[in-house]
Amino acid sequence: MTPGLIYALAGVALFVLGLAGVVVLNQALRRILAFNLMGSGAFLTLVGLAQRDGGVDPVPQAMVLTGIVVAVAATALALALARRLAQGGHGDG
Amino acid sequence: MGMAEAFLDPLPWLIVLPLAWAALAFLGGPGRGGHLAVTGLVVQLALALALAGQVLENGARTHAVGGWGAPLGIDLLADGLAVAMLLLAQVVALPLAVYARAYFSEVAQTAFWPLAGFLIAALNALFLSADLFNLYVTLELLSLAAVGLVALGGKPMQVAAALRYLLVSLTASAAYLMGVALIYGTYGTVSIATLAPLIGADPPLAAWLAAGLMLTGLLAKTALFPFHFWLPPAHGGAAAPVSALLSALVVKASFYLVLRLALDVFPALAAHAAPILGVLGAAAILWGSWQALRTPHIKMLVAWSTVAQLGYLFLVFPLLAPDGLALQAGVMQAIAHGLAKAAMFAAAGVLMLATGRDTLAGLAGVAGRVPVTLFAFGLAGVTLMGLPPSGGFLAKWLLIEAALSHGQWPWVVVVIGGGLLAAAYVFKVLRQAFLLAPEDSHFHPVPRSMEWAAFVLAAASVVLGLRGVELMALLAKGAA
Amino acid sequence: MTLNEALPLPVLASSLVPGLIIFALPESRIRLRTALNLFGATAKLVLVGVLLAGVSAGETYGFRHEVLPGLELVFKADALALLFVTLSTVLWLFTTLYAIGYLEGAPHRSRFFGFFSLCVTATMGIAMAGNLFTFFVFYELLTLATFPLVVHRGTPQAMQGGTVYLAYTLGGGALLLTGVVWLHGLVGSADFAHGGYLSALDPAQAGQLKIVFLLLIAGVGVKAAIVPLHGWLPQAMVAPAPVSALLHAVAVVKAGAFGVVRIVYEVYGVEFAQFLNLLTPLAVAASITIVWGSFRALFQDDLKKRLAYSTVSQVSYIVLGVAMFGPLGTIGGLVHLVHQGIMKITLFFCAGNYAETLGIHKVSEMDGAGQRMPWTTLAFSIGALGMMGVPLTAGAVSKAWLMDGAQAAHAGWVVWVLWTSSLLNAAYFLPILWRAWLRPAPADWPEEHIPAKGRRETAWLLLLPPLVTAAAVLVAGVFAEAGWSPLSWARLVAEREYTQWAP
Repeated sequence: MTPGLIYALAGVALFVLGLAGVVVLNQALRRILAFNLMGSGAFLTLVGLAQRDGGVDPVPQAMVLTGIVVAVAATALALALARRLAQGGHGDG
Repeated sequence: MGMAEAFLDPLPWLIVLPLAWAALAFLGGPGRGGHLAVTGLVVQLALALALAGQVLENGARTHAVGGWGAPLGIDLLADGLAVAMLLLAQVVALPLAVYARAYFSEVAQTAFWPLAGFLIAALNALFLSADLFNLYVTLELLSLAAVGLVALGGKPMQVAAALRYLLVSLTASAAYLMGVALIYGTYGTVSIATLAPLIGADPPLAAWLAAGLMLTGLLAKTALFPFHFWLPPAHGGAAAPVSALLSALVVKASFYLVLRLALDVFPALAAHAAPILGVLGAAAILWGSWQALRTPHIKMLVAWSTVAQLGYLFLVFPLLAPDGLALQAGVMQAIAHGLAKAAMFAAAGVLMLATGRDTLAGLAGVAGRVPVTLFAFGLAGVTLMGLPPSGGFLAKWLLIEAALSHGQWPWVVVVIGGGLLAAAYVFKVLRQAFLLAPEDSHFHPVPRSMEWAAFVLAAASVVLGLRGVELMALLAKGAA
Repeated sequence: MTLNEALPLPVLASSLVPGLIIFALPESRIRLRTALNLFGATAKLVLVGVLLAGVSAGETYGFRHEVLPGLELVFKADALALLFVTLSTVLWLFTTLYAIGYLEGAPHRSRFFGFFSLCVTATMGIAMAGNLFTFFVFYELLTLATFPLVVHRGTPQAMQGGTVYLAYTLGGGALLLTGVVWLHGLVGSADFAHGGYLSALDPAQAGQLKIVFLLLIAGVGVKAAIVPLHGWLPQAMVAPAPVSALLHAVAVVKAGAFGVVRIVYEVYGVEFAQFLNLLTPLAVAASITIVWGSFRALFQDDLKKRLAYSTVSQVSYIVLGVAMFGPLGTIGGLVHLVHQGIMKITLFFCAGNYAETLGIHKVSEMDGAGQRMPWTTLAFSIGALGMMGVPLTAGAVSKAWLMDGAQAAHAGWVVWVLWTSSLLNAAYFLPILWRAWLRPAPADWPEEHIPAKGRRETAWLLLLPPLVTAAAVLVAGVFAEAGWSPLSWARLVAEREYTQWAP
């Protein structure tokens, strides 16, 4: 079992944990954390599989970097919405 | 390709232009940006038409962004299906922009134009993407812009709906991304063109998992029954131009992806899932129409109608065949529904402004005050019911023809039943409007441009019903 | 595009364009709206005249437009089409005049006349349709265009009537669509052809063809008010009288009957339909409708409802004529399409006159109406006598041909059906005439809206149309053998439909 495969499997496990969390939990903040876990799991899988060939494949790493940026933006939006909701949602858009 | 030709290539401009006017609108401050948007969209429509002409003549086209090709760079691909969806997006967005300018002069807002611009940029980029990861990125961008638009207005109901939409969307995207990861791990590429021959009829388990994850994620984004629960609050509660954009375009983007995956990437795997998709589609038609009949709110009725109409799109999958009828039906339905639903939400927005209320009961007598809007609503309803002459009718005809030629009777019953149910809820609204107005009713005046924008969209869906030949030629000729 | 190809389009446009303009007019532009209406009607009349001259000389007028690969909108103004087109065009002109008078001062007239024009456009499209696809498109358009007219008054009863109307017509449309698509799958895109185009098919598909026939006939049978699909017609009487007159006496029900004619003669071909044993069940259904409709009419006190059931019964004469194998029956059915139209519209015009002038809606209120409104009652009487088949009226001509056709087809039972129906017609019309002419009038009419001015019993616009159509009933009856009569045109059509029959 190569290190890459271990990372990949760990990523899958994180993904499943995160998915379970999104479905089961009902507090907004916790769901956002669970989604982040899912995302991290997917990224880990990508990076892990990138190392499988012995060398390093730059393409998945580039994809993961992009994905992290997108996930950050998404998390920021989710947190802003959750905060607005918690405050009672007054004010304009 | 020479420098001048590369510069004038419509593909990258279709993505850059909306980004540009969105950024300018943001810099211009709240409330500005309407005229920028309209100008930009006119140019974009011209570009899309030019692109359609090019594809009709010469077949599918590619463009390497920045001159760097795959796998490290990003390739854009414009084939018949992509161009058809691009045309839908620009044709719907332009009247909606005119509508929104007038709408937001009546109702205050701060960030509609930048968000709308980003939404359209993401949409165009999605339709032009040629590899699975770029599709993920554009899909995420689209969702973020859409969620922002839903939350516009800041009321608790809208924020809650936006948050639910966002969480569903993000979960779905993460599942999709996992699928991409598995695909890359198995085949070493994410380019659709390269993958198609690699994934044969009996792929390994990882590919099955990937297909399942990606498909499920996309189904949730397209609000297919039973993943539809987020749509009615989000589309029904948002401002009318936002609802129109979402129901007409955003959900079609994820449907387009499902179609792409089923046609180009996993055809054998999709064939296994097809009967389930068909059954879920039928359930969506029935459940969505039933809920639309029951609700007393205008916009919720139209939102549930979206849930129902999206079901038709998934009836296409069990009927996919080399004769191409089902594909034609699906594309025609997607486009016709996009035009009609945008018109319907626009009309609903006018009705709500005119009567000051959101309920069906408040519509009594409005027929005399906003006849153009009601006509637009009626014409849009004609498409949803699948009655001639309309794009929806042609889609219905093709679906029934495909079903009968495969000997699959039950889908015919579903399609016809769906049309009758749609008639029930459309005429419920129209009847209310024809009733005599009660003595104390008071109607607010509504800007004419709003009424005519709705009418143009509805008329477009009817005109599509008179001439579908070019569209079908585009689909056939421009196959990648 | 040659002139021959282009001509059907202006026929459609002559009502579509004025209609669209009228939608946009404010309520107050009465003169302009009237001018547009009359201009459209007259223009259409002129165009139809040109078409009539051409077709009787053997010209063909047609037009094709591709909608989808393999699917075309086809227009064909042939002899059969012109039968329906001429009827609708002439009656549209008079109904427009009548409606202008009837709706004077009423609200939402622009909307009314806009949809009215759309209805006529749809009827033209149905008449000139050259294949089942085109027929279906305009058939459903007719449903959509007539709905706003049925619910025009905006009352709860109007809404109820509209809902029932929609339920029936959309349901029928769904059946028709299934049949049309199925047939398209079997045969591909095929135009209506004299003698039908299905006889060339593989005999193994006969079973499918029978089911398709059932679907198609049920689909058009809703509009043609064949029992048990007729329930919408009495309910639709809630519409204003001009709507009941043109649409439910002429356009909608005739569209259904016309559909039956096209399907039997130009899709299946009458010889092939006979071969598949489809004609006898159709004749039976028509006969049941004829008797049932007349029977129900006996018990209706509301005048328009009585006329509605009478329409249910009379339209099936056309279906019966079509279903009897032989050109005599065909001619009887086809000529009745025209004759029933003019007779029924006369009756509905008069019913509208009674309602508008004296507030009479029921038969029991009609005592002495003939003394107060002699000309209207005269027109009504002529129409009623025509329905009964009294000699010298148009109705007698159609009945005679239908009887001859029944004899020629060795279907003696049909003769009994026709006699029973005539007796029932007399039973529900004669009492009305007796009341109107022979019972003493009440001292005054409490709901009199339009008082009599000297000899003029009601508004001119309300009086002239029924008088003209009543005169037409007589003329069509007396001059039936003339070269320009509806009967001669029906003969022309029948000659061209029977490919294997030597007349």
